[in-house]
Amino acid sequence: MIAADFNYEAPTSLDEAFTLLRKYGDEAKILSGGHSLIPMMKLRFASPECIIDINNIPGLSDITREGDIMKIGALVREAQVEHAAELLEHFPIFADVTKLIADPQVRNMGTVGGNLAHGDAANDHPAVMMALRASVVIAGADGTRVVPIDEFFFGFYSTAIQPDEILTEIQIPMPSPYTGSAYHKLERKVGDYATAGVAVQLTIDANGICTYAGIGLTNVNPLPMRAARSEEALVGKKITDETIAEAARYASDDCNPSADLRGDVEYKRAMVGVLTKRMIHKAAQRAVA
Amino acid sequence: MKQITVTVNGQPHSAEVEPRLLLVHLIRENLNLTGTHIGCDTSSCGACTVLLDGKSVKSCTVLAVQANGKSVSTVEGLCAPGAALNPLQEGFKENHGLHCGFCTPGMMMRATELLEHNPDPTEDEIRWGISGNLCRCTGYNNIVKAILYAGAKMRGEEPASTEPQFV
Repeated sequence: MIAADFNYEAPTSLDEAFTLLRKYGDEAKILSGGHSLIPMMKLRFASPECIIDINNIPGLSDITREGDIMKIGALVREAQVEHAAELLEHFPIFADVTKLIADPQVRNMGTVGGNLAHGDAANDHPAVMMALRASVVIAGADGTRVVPIDEFFFGFYSTAIQPDEILTEIQIPMPSPYTGSAYHKLERKVGDYATAGVAVQLTIDANGICTYAGIGLTNVNPLPMRAARSEEALVGKKITDETIAEAARYASDDCNPSADLRGDVEYKRAMVGVLTKRMIHKAAQRAVA
Repeated sequence: MKQITVTVNGQPHSAEVEPRLLLVHLIRENLNLTGTHIGCDTSSCGACTVLLDGKSVKSCTVLAVQANGKSVSTVEGLCAPGAALNPLQEGFKENHGLHCGFCTPGMMMRATELLEHNPDPTEDEIRWGISGNLCRCTGYNNIVKAILYAGAKMRGEEPASTEPQFV
């Protein structure tokens, strides 16, 4: 399968990229890892007039900690995340999630930034970033803005990124001590989208009380979804079988999955419940470890 | 049209290409290196796996222009004609790691990077490591054995016997 013809530009600075975006507007697409974009172009679901390859722009490929914020550059590959010691130490959820994203070759190309910017609720990082209450840095010729993840997703393939802007970084607040995180998705086979996926981050204080809960759901809602009632059911309480069951029930009730080859609505709701329970358990164990 | 230079198996090649030309087509059609196969053409099967600057990628989902200035290794680069087999090639031969052979080039290129990062992988690590490569003869057991054999050989150890075990 061959994509429709397009112009290819490979700017070497963000300013150059912004000039190109101004020129092409809606007709340009940003290429980072390309593993969502190129398949769509080959299937002719997307036929952009111009591809702006940002891989030659320096400074976007690092994972760095600055004080209370962990920063993931737009061009950080999934494979890079698998070996990022400091990130994994504080956020073990990334070891869970990267292993479940596509396969090793795709992870060598695919980027965390692209996984978010694609604006697909079936992708895995949106739910993870919701659990971690991350923010997305969006840059344009007129300046840079920081958008909380809850205000980032607008609709299917639609995000807060405007046609003349680029996602440049993801910012994750460093967790308090005694915080744990975990992710799992049920998938039929390697490389498939999630039947359902659940991301959890918890902080548990010295008295065993949950002081922070972040829970994000993958592919069971038109938009990436925060399980807000589940979070409320945990914060201020001890993590017991009862509170976990209540949180899982809310996640199962509040999501809006659609039936497809991966399962019917009832099945997916049930799996959200099971995964929510398991991920709360796992995150809680990691929090106190 | 874009002018690109790509080093393939150590040899620099310059070409004028349409931006939409896929890396796999550059390799197969412009350079006549047909060892790299096109299977699913949707980044699922891994038959088109090559190394791009040492990292395994699915060349059906990479544009040739993205490889500009980079180096590509294909299955043809594993050993020179007439030279002794690369340990992976030997492993696949000794362990009957191929049946129809269609997935083999992709399997070997993926295993090349796998063994570089993890010279002594467990069977489980190999299975996860080749999870992006499909074999439709379902010869996975022997492919895993072939990679274990190559790993041992590369570490200078005695590979496990390839004699069939009857139970």
